[in-house]
Amino acid sequence: MVLISKQDILNYGKGLAVIVLILLIWEVAALVIQNNYILPTLGAIFTVLLHPFAPVLGGESLIANMLQSLKEVLLGFFCAAVLAIPIGLWIGWSTEARAYFNPVIQILRPVPPIAWMPFAIAWFGIGINSVVFIIIMGAFFPILINTVDGVQGVRRRWTEVAMMLHATPFEQVRTVVVPGALPVIWTGLRVSFGVAWMCVVAAEMLPGTSAGLGFLIMYAYNLGQLQVIGAGMIIIGLIGLCADTVFRAGRSRFFSWQGRE
Amino acid sequence: MEPVLTLNTITKTFRDSEQNCPALAGVSIDAYPREILCIMGPSGCGKSTLLRIIDGLEQADAGTIQIAQGTMAGSLSVAMVFQDPALFPWLSIYENIVYGLRLTAQKVPEDEVNERAAALLALTHLDSFAHSYPHQLSGGMQQRVAVARALAVTPQVLLMDEPFSALDTFTRRELEDEVIRIRDGMKTTIIMVTHNPEEAVYIADRIIILSERPAVVSEVLPVDLPHPRDPAGPEFIRIRELVTRRVLGKPDP
Ligand SMILES: Nc1ncnc2c1ncn2[C@@H]1O[C@H](COP(=O)(O)OP(=O)(O)OP(=O)(O)O)[C@@H](O)[C@H]1O
Ligand SMILES: [Mg+2]
Repeated sequence: MVLISKQDILNYGKGLAVIVLILLIWEVAALVIQNNYILPTLGAIFTVLLHPFAPVLGGESLIANMLQSLKEVLLGFFCAAVLAIPIGLWIGWSTEARAYFNPVIQILRPVPPIAWMPFAIAWFGIGINSVVFIIIMGAFFPILINTVDGVQGVRRRWTEVAMMLHATPFEQVRTVVVPGALPVIWTGLRVSFGVAWMCVVAAEMLPGTSAGLGFLIMYAYNLGQLQVIGAGMIIIGLIGLCADTVFRAGRSRFFSWQGRE
Repeated sequence: MEPVLTLNTITKTFRDSEQNCPALAGVSIDAYPREILCIMGPSGCGKSTLLRIIDGLEQADAGTIQIAQGTMAGSLSVAMVFQDPALFPWLSIYENIVYGLRLTAQKVPEDEVNERAAALLALTHLDSFAHSYPHQLSGGMQQRVAVARALAVTPQVLLMDEPFSALDTFTRRELEDEVIRIRDGMKTTIIMVTHNPEEAVYIADRIIILSERPAVVSEVLPVDLPHPRDPAGPEFIRIRELVTRRVLGKPDP
């Protein structure tokens, strides 16, 4: 049963108040400036948001662009997780693997994902493959590093209990290392989903793309339709918020033991 | 009677790059069926190391260990209870207890898993907590679960490394009684490391005193008192004080 306390409602109210205040300031400024090329009015932005299935600027609808971005993000995020989790488990488990791979990881990690764009285009051409590649590059490292940390943070004693009961090395990984590291891996997934979402918008803004929220924003900019940019940004923010809520709910649902063992 | 466990001049030196740290210098102990042995000795003398060697978590440099094999399928020669319960927090109490039974090394069929779990839950008075999670249990209850988890694999020898030292006096006494019940009920040999002379005299059939590091057996004291023992009785107090002096290396008055 979920009980919403008075305190919760009050806190929601406080958060909402600030949002309303910002919207108010925006609206007043827009009315004063009276120039859609600098600051579109809220009315114009909401008009776009309220017709999510209508074609925007003669192209795809807001929803269609959003789904395109979402598809790319999920694809890249999924690939990154499938690659990073096993590699992270291995590197975290084996000191030998760590010695080999840690330096290269530390060098590649700080490279901004978008810097891979020229290579991406050279290797995969313009289009969704390049965008997905960028997302993988962005999402991979947070998952990898959290997985390695998670594995190393698994209590030695848990593994000893497993060994004491004659668990095979594979069983030790499956029954102790993976579940013990999962809360930290989950954090990595959460962080990397945020990164993936930023990567998709940035990658779609580059020349040559023809769909997605990033594309829409850039396209609207070229046409001077700033209210579409505002609408796109709000959608991006809302999806980020939804994803984060899902990850947080997952954590309190599955990893409530964390920090209380 | 044949011993279930024979340790013959177990020697262990921890070596890292420069330093050598001799921990055990030829420890020999026999443990007999259904016996409760308490191991005592000065702090850092090598008691934990000895248990870890018996359990295979650490390798001895020299010496031999003979352990009777488990008599039935899904049973291990030795199992261990550590000082901290070290339960798996993501598993329920039930799942923690049967953890060892579901490993390929044991291959216990699922209905027998249920049977053993039910018996252990009853033995350790945890029936109503089978579906709780470790963080919902007190320290004493968690340690009971750890005991049940070790007993699930029906070990010939149960090793316990200061299992109750983090618990309050009352919980401790309850669990000490439980250890005696387990020995009587499951016919397990129990080897317990403890720092508490009263605990040792309360439960042990024999108390093994180890010397300063590197450890050798310096004395074996039998405790021939009937159960339940009265910690206020004169003989109890005499043995308790004797044990205390021997661990400290003080002369008899
Ligand atoms: N993995 C290890 N590497 C190096 N030295 C170790 C290791 N484990 C134990 N030692 C050393 O071996 C000696 C015995 O340690 P052990 O933990 O067995 O003592 P103990 O008798 O259990 O002590 P306590 O009563 O404090 O629990 C100590 O001096 C300790 O520093
Ligand atoms: Mg110790």
